[in-house]
Amino acid sequence: MSSIESRPERDRPWMFRTYSGHSSAKASNALYRSNLAKGQTGLSVAFDLPTQTGYDSDHPLSRGEVGKVGVPICHIDDMQVLFDEIPLEKMNTSMTINATAAWLLSLYIATAERQGTDQGALRGTTQNDIIKEYLSRGTFVFPPEASMRLTSEIVSYTVDHVPNWNPMNVCSYHLQEAGATPVQEIAYSMANAISILDVVRAMPEVDDDTLSRVFGRISFFLNAGIRFVEEMCKCRAMNLLWEEIGRERYGITNEKMLRLRYGVQVNSLGLTEAQPENNIIRIALEALGVTLSKKARTRSLQLPAWNEALGLPRPWDQQLSLRTQQILAYETDLLEYGDLFDGSHVVEGKTAALLEEARNELQTVLDMGGAVTAVENAYMKQKLVESQTERLRAIESGDMTVVGVNAYEEAVDSPLVEEGAGSILKVDESAERDQIASLEAFRNRRNTADAEAALKNLEDVIKNGGNIMAPSIAAAKAGVTTGEWSQVLRDVFGEYRAPTGVVAAPVAEASEDVSQVRKRVDELSETLGRRLKILVGKPGLDGHSNGAEQIAVKARDVGMEVVYDGIRLTPQEIVQSAQDEGVHVIGLSILSGSHCVLVTDVVDQLKAAGMGAIPVVVGGIIPDDDAEQLETAGVRRVYTPKDFDLTRIMDEIVDVVAESNAG
Amino acid sequence: MPAEPPGAPTDSPAAGNRAALEAARKLAERVCAGERAAISQALNAVDDNRESHRETRLALLDAVAPHARGVRIGVTGAPGAGKSTLLDALVSGLRARGRSVGVLAVDPSSQRTGGALLGDRMRLSSTARDAGVFLRSLAARDQLGGLSEVTGPSLDVMAAALDYVFVETVGVGQSEAQVIDVVDTLVFVAQPAAGDLIQFMKAGILEWPDVFFVNKSDLGDVATRAAAELRAGLDLGHRRDPDRVPPVLRGSARDDLGIDGLIDALDEHTAYLAGKGDDGARRQEGRVARVEHALSARYGRFGLDQLRGGSLASRVRDAGAVSVERIVYDLGREIEAALRAGGSTGGA
Repeated sequence: MSSIESRPERDRPWMFRTYSGHSSAKASNALYRSNLAKGQTGLSVAFDLPTQTGYDSDHPLSRGEVGKVGVPICHIDDMQVLFDEIPLEKMNTSMTINATAAWLLSLYIATAERQGTDQGALRGTTQNDIIKEYLSRGTFVFPPEASMRLTSEIVSYTVDHVPNWNPMNVCSYHLQEAGATPVQEIAYSMANAISILDVVRAMPEVDDDTLSRVFGRISFFLNAGIRFVEEMCKCRAMNLLWEEIGRERYGITNEKMLRLRYGVQVNSLGLTEAQPENNIIRIALEALGVTLSKKARTRSLQLPAWNEALGLPRPWDQQLSLRTQQILAYETDLLEYGDLFDGSHVVEGKTAALLEEARNELQTVLDMGGAVTAVENAYMKQKLVESQTERLRAIESGDMTVVGVNAYEEAVDSPLVEEGAGSILKVDESAERDQIASLEAFRNRRNTADAEAALKNLEDVIKNGGNIMAPSIAAAKAGVTTGEWSQVLRDVFGEYRAPTGVVAAPVAEASEDVSQVRKRVDELSETLGRRLKILVGKPGLDGHSNGAEQIAVKARDVGMEVVYDGIRLTPQEIVQSAQDEGVHVIGLSILSGSHCVLVTDVVDQLKAAGMGAIPVVVGGIIPDDDAEQLETAGVRRVYTPKDFDLTRIMDEIVDVVAESNAG
Repeated sequence: MPAEPPGAPTDSPAAGNRAALEAARKLAERVCAGERAAISQALNAVDDNRESHRETRLALLDAVAPHARGVRIGVTGAPGAGKSTLLDALVSGLRARGRSVGVLAVDPSSQRTGGALLGDRMRLSSTARDAGVFLRSLAARDQLGGLSEVTGPSLDVMAAALDYVFVETVGVGQSEAQVIDVVDTLVFVAQPAAGDLIQFMKAGILEWPDVFFVNKSDLGDVATRAAAELRAGLDLGHRRDPDRVPPVLRGSARDDLGIDGLIDALDEHTAYLAGKGDDGARRQEGRVARVEHALSARYGRFGLDQLRGGSLASRVRDAGAVSVERIVYDLGREIEAALRAGGSTGGA
């Protein structure tokens, strides 16, 4: 046994982060300070959906969403409160922000200045990856070309003015959440990075040296699933491919700049609502995949909370995830060794195979014109939908084992969830009201003329092709709000609706269960006189469309006609679509936690339009108490992540339509 | 072979049926008044294929047929040509002119299962999703690559309520030949990539459109060349209307360029048809073609040959201002009767 004293020198651990933020800047600041006190070493800011999509808290589309999935930041005073007593000079802050990245970074820079810190000293990351927003996460605002411009301007600004900032965090994370296989994760994230680097390289002010520095500042944000050996090989393969792209495509020679730098949040997709305590183990194993191999070790790690599939995690739940990291880094001997897998034929063989396949898939995307084209023609989206459909089929059929879900379902009740509603965090319902009041107060106390002049200047600079950052920082200082800044860009660039990618999904081989439901759909359609028609809708600002897409594809596969218009629709638009399309049933999907407000709104508007007879079913991360409330409001069925059997859901939808049309 | 002839007892409508007919006529009135809920309800009724519902459906269509004054426009072109974007821009442009607009999107994919995913092609921007725009999507169902059978009657309903009704199809050849039977004006969206146009010329698709729009004009020379090629091709090739050379316009739907000119060209074509003094010959041709298509699908060429009393065109004209579906039904009964009597001419 080796004594403490004789222990070899240990590597410095990765950075510990927890993706967090909720309710208000004040509440989130308290949470951050308590997390840092517990040994967290970096911050990861979650913004609410209005902030991410460029709306002030009092905009009609913000209703029900303020402070739900993150913190609302409307102006510089909000940002200042968020980092109160947290010296930005010493902090490393990751901001999950994309369409409005330039704005939130501007607020951050302006806040640092108020703290007396120069922008040149700031360290951190803006996610700033729009391609994956089109593909998976859904908080895009502007069309692809404008988005590429914004991203590349942030890159070219920070590389000179905020040199330790990671201006773009290319996310393969959300691709895996959308169903991507490891090969797709590698290929599409590389295609994505290339699409930005090509734009940056073409900028007149960017010379070879700048390009090399830019290449070195592009970081990645990866996912790590439960197949942790393959995930480790995936990370190794990405290292190799990134270096290859740097050398061959961009002529980078500086070894330091060629190194792939990435952070990880482990998989949320595989976390289960059934026997949720099993997730504690899943999360720990997934963390191993991205830390075990020194060569493929993550620079920073965020672990989700074990009860994510149930609702918002409490501080205690997040603490458990932090402790998992600390045990791995400080108690185990992981950091005492060099790479454990160098020379392993198995690992090298698997890595080479992934690399080869990924290179081919990357070439396919580049051949069709690159990532932007592959978004616009829905190629990548279709591939992801296909993979996700296959994954769900494998779970339904039992080909893929998920303990507690499709195997070993027999279990005693978990004492961890005995408290019911008490075992998740409830966002204070007054948060939205308070935020709107504080926004109004801010608007009243700012100098309106300054704000207006800053907006005018912003518009002029954008129209004249200037860099977005300087006028945005000036606007932040002048008291411009998130909604106002975004509106200027909306007016100049226009708004975008991305392809949903579901249309071309191949029809799955019908299992016996599927054939059974298909027969029922046929019979009911005969009775109804026309084919059973369903509207799949995503009300509100939540852009996580994977669930809605899978429901849409499954409904098609069982023989329904499916209307799916994509994300970010107001309840009024959904009701109008239901009327125009003459649907028999409406299925709504909401993952942002604003289900009560938005679903009730749809149900009320249906009644007001004389369509109260059209049944509504809802899916989402919906706690039991809320489900009861929704059912009282007239919702016919509520589905949560434990309802993984989509065929059974379809069967029940047939029941619901049959009941509604009986007699 | 024809299906079993329907039983005779439905010939005299019962009292309940009369009430249903009255309801259908009332519904038609509300459609003509542009009431949104009524348009939707009427489209559902048109789509309702229950035998017990037949008289209601026909009564509704007969009642809207004489009022279907809206201009019907087909938008066609190869996948990727920018049809959806153009449609979006057209809808916004027409809304800015205060016109009401309907869009009927026909999903071309046909599944064994009968299921279909609709709506993805109707990615209309928020400005185009206002209260003056009515959107309905239809599955092509058993008509692989073509138009659903209810496309025609659905357009009839929408044209009775709205100023302009668009139907969007994918340019695969077969659907163009069918869409011309149900629209007044056919717009072809071309993308300026060489090769495409040659394919279309070969397929004979270019003889049908009334207006050409070369999209993505921001591509510069390629777009100019494509427009020139098209004009040359039109001069050489067959044209549906020998008296009129269809205009070839250029623009960019994405950047909202050339849309006003396109709307003007659509209106010009409408005025041209009205000014021809041929008593709506094009719509009449379309009605005849729809009747022929439906009857031959149901009874075959042999069945069609059973009809007496002049050409099919004259039979359709003689039927007056009733719906196409009524004519199909009535003539179908005649064919069935003739077939029951043993069939006369032709035959193998």
